[in-house]
Amino acid sequence: MSIRIEKERCVGCMACKDVCPGSLIQEKDGKAYMKYPKDCWGCASCVKECQTLAIHFYLGADIGGDGSFLTITQEEGILHWNFVKSDGSRNTIHINRKNSNQY
Amino acid sequence: MKVKLKQERIQTDVLIIGGGTAGCYAARTIALNSDRNVVIAEKANLKRSGCLAAGVNAINAYIGKGRTPEDYVDYAVKDAKEIARVDLLLSAAKRFNTVTQEMEKLGLVILKDEEGNYKARGKWNIKINGENFKPILAQAVEKQSNITILNHVNITDLLVHDNEVGGAVGFSIEDDTAYEIIAPQVLISTGGAAGLYKPNNPGFSRHKMWYPPFNTGAGYAMGILSGAEMTSFEMRFIALRLKDTIAPTGTIAQGVLAKQVNAKGEVYEKKYGVTTSERVYGTVKENQEGNGPCYLKTKGIGSEKEEELIKAYLNMAPSQTLKWIQSGETPNLKDVEITGTEPYIVGGHTASGYWVNTKRETTVKGLYAAGDVAGGCPQKYVTGALAEGEIAALDMIKKTKKSGILQWASKAAKEKVKEYERILNRPESVFTYEELEEGMQKIMDEYAGGISTGYQFNETQLKAALNQMERLLTLSDQLNARDMHELMFVYELKERLIVCRSVISHLLFRKETRWHSFNENLDYPKTDPAYVKFINSIWENGTLHMKVREIKKEAEYEHSN
Repeated sequence: MSIRIEKERCVGCMACKDVCPGSLIQEKDGKAYMKYPKDCWGCASCVKECQTLAIHFYLGADIGGDGSFLTITQEEGILHWNFVKSDGSRNTIHINRKNSNQY
Repeated sequence: MKVKLKQERIQTDVLIIGGGTAGCYAARTIALNSDRNVVIAEKANLKRSGCLAAGVNAINAYIGKGRTPEDYVDYAVKDAKEIARVDLLLSAAKRFNTVTQEMEKLGLVILKDEEGNYKARGKWNIKINGENFKPILAQAVEKQSNITILNHVNITDLLVHDNEVGGAVGFSIEDDTAYEIIAPQVLISTGGAAGLYKPNNPGFSRHKMWYPPFNTGAGYAMGILSGAEMTSFEMRFIALRLKDTIAPTGTIAQGVLAKQVNAKGEVYEKKYGVTTSERVYGTVKENQEGNGPCYLKTKGIGSEKEEELIKAYLNMAPSQTLKWIQSGETPNLKDVEITGTEPYIVGGHTASGYWVNTKRETTVKGLYAAGDVAGGCPQKYVTGALAEGEIAALDMIKKTKKSGILQWASKAAKEKVKEYERILNRPESVFTYEELEEGMQKIMDEYAGGISTGYQFNETQLKAALNQMERLLTLSDQLNARDMHELMFVYELKERLIVCRSVISHLLFRKETRWHSFNENLDYPKTDPAYVKFINSIWENGTLHMKVREIKKEAEYEHSN
């Protein structure tokens, strides 16, 4: 379980660094950098902050990961959870923050 | 060049250590009801720190229509097999609903029926969208002008003199600054302890665990070393979880009423009982008897329910949704495998933590505890943490306001800062904090009832574990840190070792098996009525003294000694 930060997409706003509950992300050469990938809890807080889809959330190979990942975009209280599968296919789930869980 | 830390002294009326659920709610309560200044020292950042970083997809302690707080107390006492304080449970349960309503006012989304009542999920649960629970709470705190938030400040020690608190000392993990915070009232709300035992996924995904891996038992360790009385560390908590992602099972079990089944498709849960610990125990037993793996039977729930399940996990454990989508083996098509986690110490689920009075003051004067760090009040969950924060805050502001610089506190703080500098300036030690952590987790796993032994142990093993902890504690005093972040890791390891020593000592003292899996003592495999008692401990002059307390059922409890 961890995240990958795509250097090319990162604009260095550091919102992810601020919000990480483990303070695991640091700044390096003006970009965000995941210093402690093994210490990631997998809470996705940083993914929610990232406006440029630079943070990819994936499952470690030791817990069944196959390279698929997710990113998150937000607009007006709606969270779009974008899944990119290892074969390149995409799938998005939309969650309106005003709706609660059915379970 | 030698590192010299910049020293900053802060004076405040109230210091809150740990800005999670309980800490934030307490800070806001003080700010709204008094003119006292509050400082929150938070080792990460308030917005997403603590247990609720990813969110929470239900309120698990709510008093629904036709039920009373007393009913909740009965349920929790039974589930804990009598080791629970009625006064603490009742005072929390009486506030479950008001704190929920307050969170709704702040913006928390709660599902309602046509009549406007909250919709139930199971007996004591209601359905919410809690993905942004913590940001909502943090925002409410940030709005208060008399609250100062110190983000990325890690507190290592309480300043205590003559059994009275005077503040705390810590450091920034971002720059070379040490903090001496002088406060006549301190609330400790640092959460419980994860990472004591070898986890389910010990490799790359070692932190993919149930409880926040950043909750290292700091509050327990600080309290132990300050001589505060602690309770029930032998009542470990083991969660029943979805395999690999360690995501919650309640959403499926209560949401779509899925049963626990073994690999042969047999429903086994009733065979072992349905208390929290028995649900874990049954799963362990089925595996040991060759009937594993075990599952939650979701196959055939239908695509509508499946879609809701997949969505629900995004609000709490997005890794599980990713796993389903990635593999295409969604819950309607395939049962979901379950497993027990490694043991944790967490007062939100069991009775472990500070021994407090009904107002949540610890045995150290002026020091309060709320949330997972506070003991005696199992099954308090999120609403209980909010309630305890409120109870502690209201009692704090009732007491006379004190001020003034405490000479002894400054002196003690200076000594501590010297210790930080020693660790930062020390040449590279033989071992790293990471190696010692691995050693600790292996010993706890093999000798103190971890996953590899099916959570079982005997006295000989516990004594071996205790010896090994002493070795690691000695080694931890030789560690060096290359920067402020590593300095935090060094202290986190020390905290865990101190908690481990107490956990083992408590496990040794309860010579019975009261809760399957949580304390499965092979030398004493039966429940012994003589142990319907609290096992407490106090650290005095370098030794842990065990103390037995009778179960009391009064509605109010005051410290008498």
